[in-house]
Order: sequence, then C-alpha cells, then structure tokens
Amino acid sequence: MYAGSTSGGIGLELSMIEQIISEHSKDRVVPGGIVWMDIDLKTARDFGGANVVGHMEEQYPNEPVADPERTFFTFDTVVPAKTIPYAENQHIIRRFARKWGLKVYDVDAGIGSHIVIEEGLATPGATMAGTDSHLNILGAVGAFGQGMGDMDIAFIFRTGKTWFEVPRTMRVAVEGRMPRNCSAKDLTLAVVGTLGSKGGLGMSMEMTGDQVESLSLSGRITLASMATEMGAVCALIEPNGEILEHFRSVNGEQPQNVPVHVPDYLFEREVSLDVSDLEALVSMPGKPDKVRPVSSLGTIEVDSVFIGSCTNGSYEDISEVARIVEGTRIHPRVMAKVVPATRSVWKRLLYEGKVKTLFDSGFIISNSGCGGCASGQIGMTGPGEVQVSTSNRNFMGKQGKGDTYLASPRTAAASALLGRIASIDDLGVGQ
Amino acid sequence: MIIEGAVMLLKDENGDLLGDIDTDMIFHNRHLAITDVNEMGKYALGNLKGYEHLPSLKGKVQILIAGDNFGSGSSRQQAVDCFKALGIKALLVRSVGAIYKRNAINAALGLFTIEGTSDGIVRSKDGDRISLDTITGDVKKDDGMIGRIAIPSGVQMDILDAGGLFEYGRRCE
Ligand code: SF4
Repeated sequence: MYAGSTSGGIGLELSMIEQIISEHSKDRVVPGGIVWMDIDLKTARDFGGANVVGHMEEQYPNEPVADPERTFFTFDTVVPAKTIPYAENQHIIRRFARKWGLKVYDVDAGIGSHIVIEEGLATPGATMAGTDSHLNILGAVGAFGQGMGDMDIAFIFRTGKTWFEVPRTMRVAVEGRMPRNCSAKDLTLAVVGTLGSKGGLGMSMEMTGDQVESLSLSGRITLASMATEMGAVCALIEPNGEILEHFRSVNGEQPQNVPVHVPDYLFEREVSLDVSDLEALVSMPGKPDKVRPVSSLGTIEVDSVFIGSCTNGSYEDISEVARIVEGTRIHPRVMAKVVPATRSVWKRLLYEGKVKTLFDSGFIISNSGCGGCASGQIGMTGPGEVQVSTSNRNFMGKQGKGDTYLASPRTAAASALLGRIASIDDLGVGQ
Repeated sequence: MIIEGAVMLLKDENGDLLGDIDTDMIFHNRHLAITDVNEMGKYALGNLKGYEHLPSLKGKVQILIAGDNFGSGSSRQQAVDCFKALGIKALLVRSVGAIYKRNAINAALGLFTIEGTSDGIVRSKDGDRISLDTITGDVKKDDGMIGRIAIPSGVQMDILDAGGLFEYGRRCE
C-alpha cells in the first residue's frame, strides 16, 4: 500500500516510521527533518503524571485538553501507592481527570502500554505519546509510541500535536530459525548484545526475518520493548495476520493505514545476525547489552527472581513459567515474584488455575503493573543479592543494590527451581 | 545565540568523556515524587560516582561536557530540570538519547552535540570558561577555536530562543 509511494518527491519509498509520520503530519517527511506530528493517543502515567497536571494548571488554567476521548492516564508504576508522595501524585491526577472527564486506568489496571494493545486502542499505524519511556513497545503492532517528558505531554494534551525529528531508519535482519529451547527474550537479548546500548541511537529500527515474522504478539512485545536499551527511537515490526486479527476482533473492524516494510528502502544502516545457534542468554549486571550465554556463567547462586514487566509480563510469558514449575517447588533459598502485566492477564491466569500452580510452587504473586523496575514496588535487592529478572533494564541501583541479570521467563523459572542461574536445558529432558 | 560559562567535564578513569550516563545516574528514581523544580537541584548527578558533589558547585558551573548516549533511560523531565535548578545553561555531549534531547530543548536547556573529535573541548579543564555560538557552531576559549557543535534545527533553536516549549507554543498561536 505504501511501497512505491514517494518521499518528498525524491522518488524513494518510505520506511515504516516515515509512513506513520506522513499519515500524521502535513510537513514534508525526510529523515533528520523536523515535522509537526498529530498524536492519536495522549497519556501520562502515575510517574510524571502529576507534573503533567501541574504544567496544565500553570500554563493552561481552565483550558480543556484537545481530545478528551483519547487522552487518559494509566497508573502502573507504583500501584497501589506505597509512599505518601506517590499517593498524593496519583490523587492530583484523579482530581484533574474527574474535572475534565478523562479516563484513569487506576492502580489495578496494569501497564499502560499493554492495556492499549489489549483494548485495541493503539492500532497499527497509530501514534501515541506518554510519560513512559517504553511506550515504543507499540512497535510490536506497527504503531509508534513515544515516551516524552512532562512538558511535552502537557503541550500534547492541550494541542494534540508536537514537534518531532524524523528518525533515520535502519534494518535489523534476523537470519535463521532459533532452536526450540530459545524464546523471544533470548532473541531480543541477542539483538541487544549485537547492537549494543548505542547501536540504534536515534534510529527507527525495522526488525525483519522469518524468525521475527513468526513471533507471537507477546514475543513481538518483548522484542520491541528493548529498543530503548539500544538507544533507538523505536523498533517496528510489520504486523502479520495474527496482529491484524487481534485488532479486528477487539474493534470489529480492519485496521487502516497499516505500515509495511519496504525491502528496497535505502536504509541508513543494515545489521544482520543469525540465530540458528542461539542459546539461553542473560545480560550481565548493570549492562543490558553485555550479553552472555547461561552455559558460560559457571555456578552463580540466585537469591531472588522477578518475572514480569512490560518486556515479559504477558499471559504467554507467565503461563510458560507456570508450565515449567508445575508440581515442583522453587529452591528454598530463592524468593520468586510474579507480576502480571495487566488485570486481564491476572484474571486469565487465575481462572485457568495458573495462579494456584505458581502459588503452590512458592511464588509471590502481586498486583498487576510494572512491579520490579519502577521504585521496586514488589521489593528491591540488597547489596550482594543476586536477582534474575525478566525486565529490560538492570542499571546499577535501579532494582536495588544487588546484581540483576536479565533473562527470559524460562531461564528465570529454571533459575528459581535450581537456585542458580540456569536454563531450561539444565532441568533435564521433557521441559 | 552565544552561550558562555565555566565548564565541568564528566570523565572516566582513563580521562575519556563518560558515556552512557543514564537518567537514574542523573536523577535517581527514588526522588521521582518531587515535583518542585527548585528542590531537584540537590539530587543532580546524585547517582553518578565521582560527581555527586555537582550541587555544591551551584553557580560555579554553567556548561557540562560528557560523552556518548547521554541521558539514556527514562523519560523523566527531572533529569533536565535538576540541571536548570543549578543554573546549568548547556550540555555538550558526543551523542544523546532522543527523549532526553527533546526534554532539554523543551525546557530551554541548551543541548548540543560535539562535532568531530573537537579535541580542544575534551582537553578543557574544569572551571575553564568557554563560549558556544549556536549559529556558527563554533566553540571558543579565550577567543581561540577549541571545537564545534552541530547546529540545531530551526524549530529547536526557536524553542530555545522562546525560553521553552510553552512559550514557543504561545508565540505560534
Ligand atoms: S515495566 Fe519497567 S520498563 Fe516497563 S513500563 Fe514499567 S517501569 Fe517502564
């Protein structure tokens, strides 16, 4: 649909991000140029949201938001509030939302970026801005989400648009098929390890290859969620039939203006990696891009395990953990925590008995939300503590003072069972 | 626009400009509930080893110089506002996270990328006074060229000139 269309009359096809921006801007879209872009979905979360409200009240007293139907708040970082300042901030937001009739996905709802996919709000090709720096997760469905600061968001609340520097586009081609014992997170860590923390700096990445195309929605979310850890603006994946069907079934209509990957586009850069020999990977403490195979680590005893976050808090992720641990107990030394991404993931796990499975295996299961990364809602680590986390960031101090290794839900489950960093291969045949 | 002031360089143990300074090092997440900009200054660089003393230099440093991928991490505006609260006028970095760059420009904190090797900039000493010309890209010390910065785009300069995004928005109305 977009292939063959022109970019500012220079006769080149548009990359996916350029297609999306073109649909939302009257300006000429050229890489590196600045455009004014319309934002479809405008949000703020409990973190940053009170500052957005502060700016609104100071800069635009008694002026309404531009588009109340598609302006809302999501409380997902510290839910329910565990400190008085957070409680106060959340309530500042609630009061503002009530005054202007805006929706609040309150403390029980879960992670905003997952809710907008689940509820079909962030359709392929849509634009969204919010105070969540991982909003670019929407690349999983071929939509463009962008985390921004609170001034930016207040401006967008009021005007419905913002200035934007059109990012250059690079292609990441994932060659080969990964072995069956690997998961989307291992693939993602392989990409992060290959590109490094600056490998996508300022770029829109288009993720391609058979293995990427065959990822489920949950796997695509995992991959897109770590664009930020490569410095990229976003990682876009062309929607396949499963993704389009998700939106069709939720919204009752086929998404329009779905961006497509144009192989002939003149990419700023192309990187390829082969995943045929992939194995279970971890990111070493403090460095998401310092990626090592689990098999190379030797024995590292584990004290705590966190399963959740916007990267790996989906139904598919957590139900896989339940399948692996079913009928067994986690290692007595390990404290293992599960945080479903959204309330509907929680519900499904509960109704299908998977919450019981996890509980019986010794897991702590918490309210849906961000859980581990934002101010350690489900607990921090102390100095010397070793944690395996399915999250996307392990910068020193972020999840506590301990050493946090990033891993897949499978690796986290195996590590919880064995009390050391381990892959599912270490659990023996049949897992 | 000419921006002038005393510099402080963020360097590693080898004397190279520090890269990958993320928003948790600049303004740690345990202070995120703070909404008053004046309160933010005292936590600037509070989680960056060796530079936690920056707030004690309030008024003595106007330009910070750092390496690649500055401000990666979260979208927190506090990581920009904390520098403004200390009177910092500009950041000169080798490269910058996209969200951080927006936040800085929107808050009218000059954020410029260093062009080429610009050795003279890297060799500056803490406390040296330098000047940046946002129109020519020249960076000078005692009237001698020490390097260059990339010239920001029109919209970005307009926002800086206006004193921030809100003021710019009002001008456009
Ligand atoms: S889970 Fe962590 S990284 Fe993801 S949105 Fe929440 S705070 Fe951000």
